[in-house]
Amino acid sequence: MRLDTEIRDALFSFLLRIADDRLILGHRLSEWCGHGPILEEDIALTNISLDLLGQAEAYLKFAAEVEGKSRTEDDLAYFREVIDFKNCKLVELPKGDFAFTIARQFFFSQYCVLLCEKLQQSSLEQLAGISAKALKETTYHLRHSYQWMLRLGGGTEESRQRLQNAVDELWNYTGEMFLTDTIEQQLSAQNIIPSFVEISALWKENVARCFRESSITIPQTGFMHSGGRIGKHTEHLGHILSEMQILTRSFPKAKW
Amino acid sequence: MVMTEQTILGYLSEILDPEIPVLNIVEMGIVRSVFFENEKVVVTITPTYSGCPAMRMIEDNIVEKLKENGCGEVELKTVYTPTWTTDWLNEITKKKLQQYGISPPHTTSDNHFVEITLPKKISCPYCQSHQTSLKSDFSSTACKAMYYCNACLQPFEYFKEI
Repeated sequence: MRLDTEIRDALFSFLLRIADDRLILGHRLSEWCGHGPILEEDIALTNISLDLLGQAEAYLKFAAEVEGKSRTEDDLAYFREVIDFKNCKLVELPKGDFAFTIARQFFFSQYCVLLCEKLQQSSLEQLAGISAKALKETTYHLRHSYQWMLRLGGGTEESRQRLQNAVDELWNYTGEMFLTDTIEQQLSAQNIIPSFVEISALWKENVARCFRESSITIPQTGFMHSGGRIGKHTEHLGHILSEMQILTRSFPKAKW
Repeated sequence: MVMTEQTILGYLSEILDPEIPVLNIVEMGIVRSVFFENEKVVVTITPTYSGCPAMRMIEDNIVEKLKENGCGEVELKTVYTPTWTTDWLNEITKKKLQQYGISPPHTTSDNHFVEITLPKKISCPYCQSHQTSLKSDFSSTACKAMYYCNACLQPFEYFKEI
C-alpha cells in the first residue's frame, strides 16, 4: 500500500482511535460477565463485547500494517502505555449501573453505525471491508440498546430516573466521538474517512428521536470533555489497562 | 493423485463448524477460494463474526486437514471483502439448520433503521408455528438470537440474518 508519510501517520492515528474505542469498551462490557441483571442480558452484553474485541483486533492488525514497524495487533493491544491509547473518554468510564451501561452502548452504537455506513465506502479497500463487517454487527448492538432505552425510559419512575441520570452523566463525554482535528481533516480530504461534522448532525437527530420515545430530556450543556484522542485520559484507563495487560507483560511468551 | 482446487475443496468440506456441527465451512461460505502458488496451497477465508471464537479453531482445522491429506505448505489468508452474509447459505444448508433445531436466517435487508424497530416473525424449527417471540438478539453464540415458541412452548435459536 503506497501512502504519503503524512497520510500514513494520520491513518495510523485514526485506526488507533477506532480500534481503541472498541478494545476498551469491549473490556468494560466483559465486566458484566456473570453480573448481568438477567441471564439473557449477561449473554447479550458479553456477545457484544466479543464483537467489539474482534473489530478492535481487525483494525489494530490493519494499523500495524500501516505503521510498518513489524508490530502485531497484540503488541499494540498489550504493550502500549496509557498515553499511547487514543480511545475517547466515554468508553473508559466505569461500567456503572445497567442504565449507565445501556445509555453508553446506545450513544456509542449509534455513532458506530453512522461511522461504519460511511467507512464502508472508504477509498481504502481494507478499511472499507472491516467497516462493512462491523456495520452489520453494530446494527444488532444498536437495536439491543435502543430497545432497552425505550423499556427503561417507559418503565417505572425509578428506571426512567436512572436512565436520565446516566444520560446526564455521560452527555459531556459524547462530543469527543466527533472531534475534528488535522487527522480527521487530512483523511476526509482524501475520501479515506467521512466528515465528522456530517456524522455528528445525524447522530444528534437519531439520539433526539430516541429520547423523545423514551421520555428522556436532552441535557442542556455546552461543555464537552476531550483529550482521549491525544492520549490524555481519565484515571480509569490506567486501571483497566493494568488488568488487561498484566498477564502478557508478566509472561510475554505465555501460550494458552 | 493430482491435487486440484476441487480436491482441496472436497477436503475442506469435511471440516464442520465447531459451533454448528451440521454445517461445513465451505457451505457456510467461510472458505472463499483455494489456489496454488507453486507447491503451496493458499486458502482464503472470511470470518462470520469479527469476534467469533470458533475462527481460530477453524483455521487450525484447515491446516491440519490439508497436511493430513498430503499438502506440503498451507497458507491461510483472511479477507473482508465481500463481507460474509447469511444470504450465502443455500436452501439445502438452511434445511439442515432447521432439522438441527435452529431456525434458518431470513434474507437480509439493507435498512438499518427498519431492523431496529421491527423484529421479523420467525418460524419455530420444531412445529413451524409463527407464534414466536424474541427473547434476546444474542444467544449461545453471536450468530444466533433466542426465541420462544408460544405454540409448542419450546425455546429455540434463530440464525440471525446478517
